[in-house]
Amino acid sequence: MSTTTTADVEKEPSMILQKQMIGDHFHELARAKELGKKVVYTFVPGNLNELIWAFDMLPVHPEINALQSGMRKKSGAYIQEAEKAGHSEDVCTYVKCDLGMMKKGNIGPTGERLPAPDLLLLSYTGCFTFMKWFELLQREYGCPVAMLHVPYQGDGEITPAMKQYVVDQLRDSVIPLMEQVSGKKLDLERLKGFLGSSSRAEDDLCAIWDSAKHKPSPIDSYFGGVYYIGPIFSAFRGLPQAEEYYKSLRAEVDARVAAKRGPTTPDGELKDQKFRLVVEGPPNWTSFRDFWKMFYGEGAVVVASTYTKVGGLYDRGFRHDPANPLETMAEYCLGCYTNRNLPTRVDLIEKYIEEFAADGFVVNSIKSCNSFSAGQLLMLRELEKRTGRPGAFIESDLVDPRYFSGANIKNRLDSYFQMIDAKRASSPT
Amino acid sequence: MDCYVGIDLGSTTTKAVFLDSSERILGRGITNSRSNYTVACQVAREEAEISARFNLLKQRLASVPRLGERADELMAWLSCKFALAQHLKQLKVLQQQCQDVLARTGVKGGEDRAPYEQALVQIFEALVSTSEALFAPNQRSQSDFFRDLATSLYLKEAEKVARASGLSFDRTVGIFDKAILQVENTSFATFFAEYLAFACRETVKVEQFKRFEQDISQAVREVTELKFNVLSEVGTGYGRLTLPFPKEQIRSEILCHGLGAHYMFPKTRTVLDIGGQDTKSIQVDESGIVTSFQMNDRCAAGCGRYLGYIADEMNMGVHQLGPLAAQSKNPVRINSTCTVFAGAELRERLSLGEKREDILAGLHRAIILRAMSILARSGGVFSEFTFTGGVARNEAAVAALKELLKENYGDVPMNISPDSIFTGATGAALFARRDSKKAEA
Repeated sequence: MSTTTTADVEKEPSMILQKQMIGDHFHELARAKELGKKVVYTFVPGNLNELIWAFDMLPVHPEINALQSGMRKKSGAYIQEAEKAGHSEDVCTYVKCDLGMMKKGNIGPTGERLPAPDLLLLSYTGCFTFMKWFELLQREYGCPVAMLHVPYQGDGEITPAMKQYVVDQLRDSVIPLMEQVSGKKLDLERLKGFLGSSSRAEDDLCAIWDSAKHKPSPIDSYFGGVYYIGPIFSAFRGLPQAEEYYKSLRAEVDARVAAKRGPTTPDGELKDQKFRLVVEGPPNWTSFRDFWKMFYGEGAVVVASTYTKVGGLYDRGFRHDPANPLETMAEYCLGCYTNRNLPTRVDLIEKYIEEFAADGFVVNSIKSCNSFSAGQLLMLRELEKRTGRPGAFIESDLVDPRYFSGANIKNRLDSYFQMIDAKRASSPT
Repeated sequence: MDCYVGIDLGSTTTKAVFLDSSERILGRGITNSRSNYTVACQVAREEAEISARFNLLKQRLASVPRLGERADELMAWLSCKFALAQHLKQLKVLQQQCQDVLARTGVKGGEDRAPYEQALVQIFEALVSTSEALFAPNQRSQSDFFRDLATSLYLKEAEKVARASGLSFDRTVGIFDKAILQVENTSFATFFAEYLAFACRETVKVEQFKRFEQDISQAVREVTELKFNVLSEVGTGYGRLTLPFPKEQIRSEILCHGLGAHYMFPKTRTVLDIGGQDTKSIQVDESGIVTSFQMNDRCAAGCGRYLGYIADEMNMGVHQLGPLAAQSKNPVRINSTCTVFAGAELRERLSLGEKREDILAGLHRAIILRAMSILARSGGVFSEFTFTGGVARNEAAVAALKELLKENYGDVPMNISPDSIFTGATGAALFARRDSKKAEA
């Protein structure tokens, strides 16, 4: 399969803006020590970005570094480096990619060196791997770890006790440790300011997700969506840059809705939208464009996805609430997608399929991510039963290029699209 | 005559099916896929066309008074004489190619070329002289493919000639290896009329057909002159993207296998296809439309190639595995469906003194266990169940499947067609017919 070169790829203006934001952030990170700024490593799901900014610290997200390494075709070598150091083939490839990157000099996506952390902030424990990951980093860097235990939504809801449990930890251990590392007292008003900004950006993002209800859909909520979540799930939520980005993106999307235009793909506008799909599971990053092309090349547009809710489910009503800073942060940590139980995940996907008038759904089962992959076959069966819409099941990996078999995946997807076509042709309506 | 063509470019063989406007199969053709999909596709198509002409010829002859009841016997004569003509023509081309290879490349090691030229003449004289016996009516048991037959015959003769004349056997075979590629990639379709005319001439010499000479000649002339008007063509299989068809005429083999299995057994609801490099479990509705499917995941363990590898390890032909495994009284438990690990396990078991048939029975069960897991992933087994693909021809695999199906899903009727290898191509041809109907509407 051909790989589109960077030079001839079409990009949306918001993508260019985001690239600039990321570049500036990594540049600032590279100069963190010189600027006297403390650095916090933290994870994407349900993160506490606003709190980090309130202490004037700089966040680093190791999963994002890993996926960037995957897209830049560097992850294979990083993973091998980690395997040389004794990490087994079955360990999460984000972890191995991050460790390998660290061992090779910790050079970030912009080519500048990432600073060592002053604090490891483990704000989501639903993924057991995250705990092990930070144990390893702690051993490497010897810095303190702030561990926030986030209870799993085993019964499919956040109870007041669960929320209080997280609030107590924030108040009694996480914030004091952050005060100690940053040398600053928490300024609650400043935190509220960041939370208010988050909420405004979240409003715009929700309008963007909602736009996919239009036909044609002006966005691709998965392949395009992973770009759209960049600022809000990473370093920028709570900052004016994120607000500006989402305003600009929303205007871009609104213009496409008005003009009845489809989303921009690396090969230009997706005009003829033959299939509307919902996707469950993270994408493969090492062959991201080839993977995307397998969809848009057949006229498939993703109208909703669960991966783009991995940081938080704003589209289901959650907003950061500046009036209740600790409670809202607790609720955010508890509400991220992979912290939900299987029935709630099935309910959510079912709603997406119905609300976005999808023709079917695709599960991309990731070899090294149990948080996502466990139970996906059951989800597939249940969703097919409930919606009557066909599901496809494909398998790949996050950033290990050895687990992306392009011909097989394409074969399955082509079969799937043709199956939808054949069903339509045989349907009486 | 209007017709619709389906082509299935598989990793091992390429199949073609011709359908008429009533969705009846006119003819089927198969060839080995080689490294050249374009030629494989052309050859399979030509073979299907030949088979279609023969079927039509049979229909015509069957309607001739007093000849009708002997139509099967007559067709057996015509077919074998046709195959003989085809074989002799291919041998002639092969001999020419061998001579060309020798002239072009000489003999490595500075040996004189002349004795090899002489050896080729001797080998081919022997091959030609034994051909007639090979193609006597109802005597054919050889492979469908010229390559397989020519290889075994050439090796046998080359060994004799090389030994008698003190030449290198390896070098004599080396010439053949290069030449056969050229022959495989040559189309012989233009010789159809010549072959059939030869078959007709030879057949009417046979006592019981002499008095029907006029009827036979006329029917032969009619089918020879018949033109096939291909209204639509659909391609499928792993090589489908190499077909010179527009995208709309390419279908996934999942859909084609589903529809093809439904055509063969209309009550089919679950299809299991174990092919060379993948295992597919397909659920279809009452019209043969696929409702869900699963395939082997990141590796091809437990597919047809696994058996090919095991056959190589045991120095046997792949077609011999099933019959030997079926003799097992006490199958061993083989844990690995990884082809490479299974090879290691096989060697270990042999060294421990286990019987070959017992090990083979275990290996067949291991393949089917993997298929059972894929069936479960696709939603299970529903009645009726149809088993397709090359592995469906293997009796030990079928026996293991029957047993495990019963254990897991109870008494589910299992269909296996002798033509199951054409399932994908049949589905493709049906799509060609339906596409054409849709376009007309």
